[in-house]
Amino acid sequence: MSSTGLAQTGEEKINERINEGRRGFFRRSAVGAGSAILVEAASVPPAIAKDSEDGPASPSTRPFIEVLPVPMIKQPLAALSPAPAITRGDGECGRDDHQRWGDFEPVKLYELHVKEALHSFHRDLPTQPVWGYDGIVPGPTFVARYNEPVLVRIHNDLPANHIGWGSPEITTHLHNLHTASESDGFTGDYYSATRYGPTLTGPGRYRDHHYPNCYAGYDAYPLTHGDSREAMGTLWYHDHRLDFTGPNVYRGLSGFYLLFDALDSGDENDPNPEALRLPSGVGEYDIPLVIQDRRFDRKGMLYFDPFNSDGLLGDKFLVNGKIQPLFEVERRKYRFRILDGGPARFYELYLQYKNADQEFTYIANDGNLLPAPLAMKKVRLGVAERADIVIDFSKYPLGSQLFLVNKLQQDDGRGPDDKLLDKPVQLLRFDVKAEARRPDNSRVPARLRELPPIPSAADLKKLRTREFEFDRSNGGWTVNGQFFDISKPAAQVKRGSEEVWVLKGKGDWHHPVHIHFEEGRILSRNGKAPPAHEAGRKDVYVLVPGEEIRVFLRFRDYEGKYLMHCHNGMHEDHAMMVRYDVVP
Amino acid sequence: MNARRALLMALSAAALMPAAAGARTPIQPGRTGPRAGYFPNAVFETHDGRKVRFYDDVVRGRLVVFNMMYTACAGICPPNTANLMAVRDALGNRVGRDVHLVSLTLQPETDTPAALAAYARQYGTGPGWTFLTGQRADMEQVRRKLGFYDTDPAEDGRLSRHTGMVAIGNERLDRWCMMPALTPHKMIAHAILNMA
Repeated sequence: MSSTGLAQTGEEKINERINEGRRGFFRRSAVGAGSAILVEAASVPPAIAKDSEDGPASPSTRPFIEVLPVPMIKQPLAALSPAPAITRGDGECGRDDHQRWGDFEPVKLYELHVKEALHSFHRDLPTQPVWGYDGIVPGPTFVARYNEPVLVRIHNDLPANHIGWGSPEITTHLHNLHTASESDGFTGDYYSATRYGPTLTGPGRYRDHHYPNCYAGYDAYPLTHGDSREAMGTLWYHDHRLDFTGPNVYRGLSGFYLLFDALDSGDENDPNPEALRLPSGVGEYDIPLVIQDRRFDRKGMLYFDPFNSDGLLGDKFLVNGKIQPLFEVERRKYRFRILDGGPARFYELYLQYKNADQEFTYIANDGNLLPAPLAMKKVRLGVAERADIVIDFSKYPLGSQLFLVNKLQQDDGRGPDDKLLDKPVQLLRFDVKAEARRPDNSRVPARLRELPPIPSAADLKKLRTREFEFDRSNGGWTVNGQFFDISKPAAQVKRGSEEVWVLKGKGDWHHPVHIHFEEGRILSRNGKAPPAHEAGRKDVYVLVPGEEIRVFLRFRDYEGKYLMHCHNGMHEDHAMMVRYDVVP
Repeated sequence: MNARRALLMALSAAALMPAAAGARTPIQPGRTGPRAGYFPNAVFETHDGRKVRFYDDVVRGRLVVFNMMYTACAGICPPNTANLMAVRDALGNRVGRDVHLVSLTLQPETDTPAALAAYARQYGTGPGWTFLTGQRADMEQVRRKLGFYDTDPAEDGRLSRHTGMVAIGNERLDRWCMMPALTPHKMIAHAILNMA
């Protein structure tokens, strides 16, 4: 921050301490009830970049010495106590009853503990407190299958007396599972042992989330338990606490949830002739990658500005929680599921080998397989967008190094510039270390997943059409000129209906607009058909200034309240959100 | 440099100017709290004729709800103030006890304590809701610190399009958030109580 008076004095003191010597010192940080987390703040290397209005320049960190963490797979439990039931249990927050419990009795039970724990972003920075699902950042990866409903009990073990940005109540959204409203992590459904949000009826230490893992169109296609063309593969879960989503997620609250079915089966040696046999083995050759930009203060501690409502931009890039890591690969195909984990930055990602852009195979957008793979050399992602790509490292000799880089210039939290960086920022290094350990039987077939049909142009014209304008007003962010009203739906949509939603971006800001509950199909961007990689199903629609996107949506199988909002963490917290209800 | 950096540097420069007219109050270090080094300790005047140090007396250790207004505003201030009255009513006797409402004027030259007192009387804002005025440079610095600015300097300079947000802070817990002042009053009251 630019500084005068007091702030300068404080900073001078800190610089003195850094120059004092190599002795570490302990600093007592936020104290929860009975628990203290001691942090060793070693001398940190001085920053080489300049401070910006987004905050201090982070201390320098050596690139490509951290190894990419590969997420541990969440294991189910034999039982939960109290046993999960339709109605809230003893100690559970005041949620509504689970809809359609009998249709989707859970076959797997899980328990997550949201807690404060220590994390090392990089060995050149102090190990420090974060908030993590099961205390890890990113949280554990769920591996789930269609037609295998699960129940996840999410405990809030965060310190009630937390000091600093963020708020220790939680509500977890699984982005973007087709799920009942009471398990969707509605933003007002936040809970802790002592507090609760406006749409719950009481506090509680935990909440049961019922994830049916059913295809959308369950009622319309009973013989196949839903429309299998509606399958999703790459989802993520994160906190969604009203007013504090940006900082809570920034503190570490996100993780992956992967879904498989008979087609995208997760087994590259699958004997089923229908199976795609994409590169498989979560954590082996099927790797989720979450990219997050962050900023650290002069002591090397995670820095956040709660007074920023434009969008915070970091100057350090985490992949799966580590700054600029490396990943050793075999000379074979890998599937990477890339997520822009925010809070606000847009990326244009390239794969570079000897400074030349390499081709890769793009197979899924926002977790939805396309009808056919695309050969591409770049991927643009807004916050919460996902891209699944396949890279074939057998094209490169042993000892090669490739880089996942970002070329998109962005200096303003409101949106990227229209320019590419002269010097791309290297996010992740792939080290081609070994031959394939076993024969690579994976493939990327010419046909992936068929798309469900959408109405003809003539029929689309007959559908209910709603317009939503995303704008700014007196320092806050609006949808149709209004700020978020948690008790009044901006749209009441009949269950089973089809509609066209028109998203319009006003002013000169970018907004990654996310619609909960259902995937949509982009019909047009400014009147033109979307590019091939956006012509399938999506759930985040990046609105560019002055743009109009028409989205086709179906609303099926459940009733209740859901959300549509900008996924820029600072915009959604400053009210760029609407509630919509699916009604009978 | 981009617009945001230019604007913030201009605001900082203004705060540093030892101008003859409207001289900025020299900053004296406040007692420690999470935001002691962040908020200035400039002296402001309240609508009821008291002199207060910003950090020490208005912020430190308190649950505060800030907004910005000016008495001559015919735009968003009337509906904002009216909505905040409803918030005050929802909070009942906690206002002035453990919740403090503070309105800062965007026109310190014209909004004297007397003018603010008249405004407060006119609306019936009641005890526990303080209106502040002071040197412009000090008000500008506080405005920036609270996040009540637009990074587009042209927008930021347009008084009629001034911020309509409220900043809610529990300084002891260093927990701060912002929401539109026109958010339904029950939501604002609920948010305040959940931060207490």
